[in-house]
Amino acid sequence: MHKEAEIRDPLILGNKTYHDISKDIAKPVEGKANKYWWILFSLSLVLFIWGVLCIAYTIGTGIGAWGLNKTVGWAWDITNFVWWIGIGHAGTLISAVLLLFRQKWRMSINRSAEAMTIFAVVQAALFPLIHMGRPWLAYYVFPIPNQFGSLWMNFNSPLIWDVFAISTYFSVSVVFWYIGLIPDFAMIRDRMSATISPMKKKLYSLLSFGWSGKAKHWQRFEEVSLVLAGLATPLVFSVHSIVSMDFATSIVPGWHTTIFPPYFVLGALFSGFAMVETLLIIMRKVVSLESYITIKHIEYMNVIIILTGSLVGTAYMTELFMSWYSGVEFEQYAFLNRATGPYWWAYAIMMTCNVLTPQLYWIKSIRTSFVATFVISIFINIGMWFERFVIIVTSLHRDYLPSAWTMFSPTFIDIGIFLGTIGFFFTLFLLYSRTFPVIAQAELKSILKSSGSEYKNKK
Amino acid sequence: MSTNTLYGIFDDEEVLLASVKEIRANNIEIEEVFSPFAIHGLDKALGLKETRMAIMAFIYGCLGLSLGALMIYNIMIVDWPQNIGGKPNFTFYHNMPAFVPILFECTVLFAAHLMSITYLIRCGLFPGGTSDSPDERTTDDKFLMVINVDGDSSPVKEMLTKTGATEINEKEA
Repeated sequence: MHKEAEIRDPLILGNKTYHDISKDIAKPVEGKANKYWWILFSLSLVLFIWGVLCIAYTIGTGIGAWGLNKTVGWAWDITNFVWWIGIGHAGTLISAVLLLFRQKWRMSINRSAEAMTIFAVVQAALFPLIHMGRPWLAYYVFPIPNQFGSLWMNFNSPLIWDVFAISTYFSVSVVFWYIGLIPDFAMIRDRMSATISPMKKKLYSLLSFGWSGKAKHWQRFEEVSLVLAGLATPLVFSVHSIVSMDFATSIVPGWHTTIFPPYFVLGALFSGFAMVETLLIIMRKVVSLESYITIKHIEYMNVIIILTGSLVGTAYMTELFMSWYSGVEFEQYAFLNRATGPYWWAYAIMMTCNVLTPQLYWIKSIRTSFVATFVISIFINIGMWFERFVIIVTSLHRDYLPSAWTMFSPTFIDIGIFLGTIGFFFTLFLLYSRTFPVIAQAELKSILKSSGSEYKNKK
Repeated sequence: MSTNTLYGIFDDEEVLLASVKEIRANNIEIEEVFSPFAIHGLDKALGLKETRMAIMAFIYGCLGLSLGALMIYNIMIVDWPQNIGGKPNFTFYHNMPAFVPILFECTVLFAAHLMSITYLIRCGLFPGGTSDSPDERTTDDKFLMVINVDGDSSPVKEMLTKTGATEINEKEA
């Protein structure tokens, strides 16, 4: 059995038994949705539909519907793409890296964090797809034998690396998520009555792949989870490194920096944890999981946010220093222009939200408050969006010839598509929270005796 | 002599684990154990062999790496060599640094997916499969031990009760 120091705070509150855990986690699936769920769901659905209309308009008329121009050829779309991909990273970090480190607190949150990863990657993938202008030709990015004189894509290009990285990341995340879901679907299947809800019982039987929980199966399950975690860990680091190379391998001042891969990965983890907090603080209330997602979980995540936030701050400073130290006029101007040029306000938002706000977590009362955490997590989400905006737009809008200098402003279509992806994301997440076991209950049961408050008090 | 199947049901995994050790020490063969979650040490106590999933993952990873390299070699060097930004395109070896990211992704893609498929096949898990657990509570909070007994089952039953089974069911063959 697991042993744990007695002074560690419990991770499961209340006097829970194994059966209570099954009951609590099956409740959102078995019960009816409450008022808050319907309000949030309707709002998300409206945003989603609005986004679909904006996407349809863009595809119908062309990319001219966006605020892009000849100088700023990448702006909102790629900002949104990098933002969403970054958000996805926390899910894999929680489920894979924390599994390798045997962190028990991951168990209450890994399922939802992985769901967030998958839904965020879906949003991210939309943007390059729409930006192609002719999304029905998207299969050109894959090495498919063809009759155009055998026209292949270029494997030297970071954009193609990105295609491979993101497809692999998405599919491996789905598999990792589903392997863990099978025993939990089986739990829900076995709770369903064949007479009262035969359709649901059938559906969950189908989803649970006939899992029965044999000793040999559990042994393989543990090994497969461990190996998948080991594979997903370098994968998650590679994905955002490759995203950063989309910029770093170019020769645009402000993009062409070697610090980009670690800087992007840290930024991704930073923003991802903020989004996990935003979602979980809402979810623990909406589907009553207060005993499982405790302030201790939030505090652990806040500690990671201080670390990654400070490292991101260090990366900003390093960038500034290196541009000065390089002695290259263009490089120096790019950074001076970021901080003091026409987009100074975006730079100021980025600095305030990403560097200053997370430092508040050094204060224990802020770190252990749901309200404060929720507010700060929103700030970080906004700050990290602006970070990508600053990197992309301010580097492009001052082109090599001053005659090409310009500004970027989004059209309502740009804004509409972004809001649409937020709507789509929350629609998926809300549907998930009502149909899936939102906590990895099988794993959670295995730590009840070492980390449950009742068992801790007995000792 | 008829073979009866005994189902010993336990409430606690630690009791079950102790019971498994005790029963196996008395040379009684345990057919199967069903549990709601993974119990560490149970596979050793039951005398199960180590799983070879990780070895398979390694082999699949090597396969992915080789196929990825073969694909890129054929596309970039053999079929349509192009001068892209002056990058060396005559040999795979010289152009390889630019291929590392995709070779890595191919390795992970193959290892993860093929291992997961192997896992599902080896465990007989597929959409539409049915659970063969004798008791539905084994995915909730009960631990179940299956023992096949030839002839008189009362000593085994006694053993189960003594080691902490809270419920014993018997099925005649």
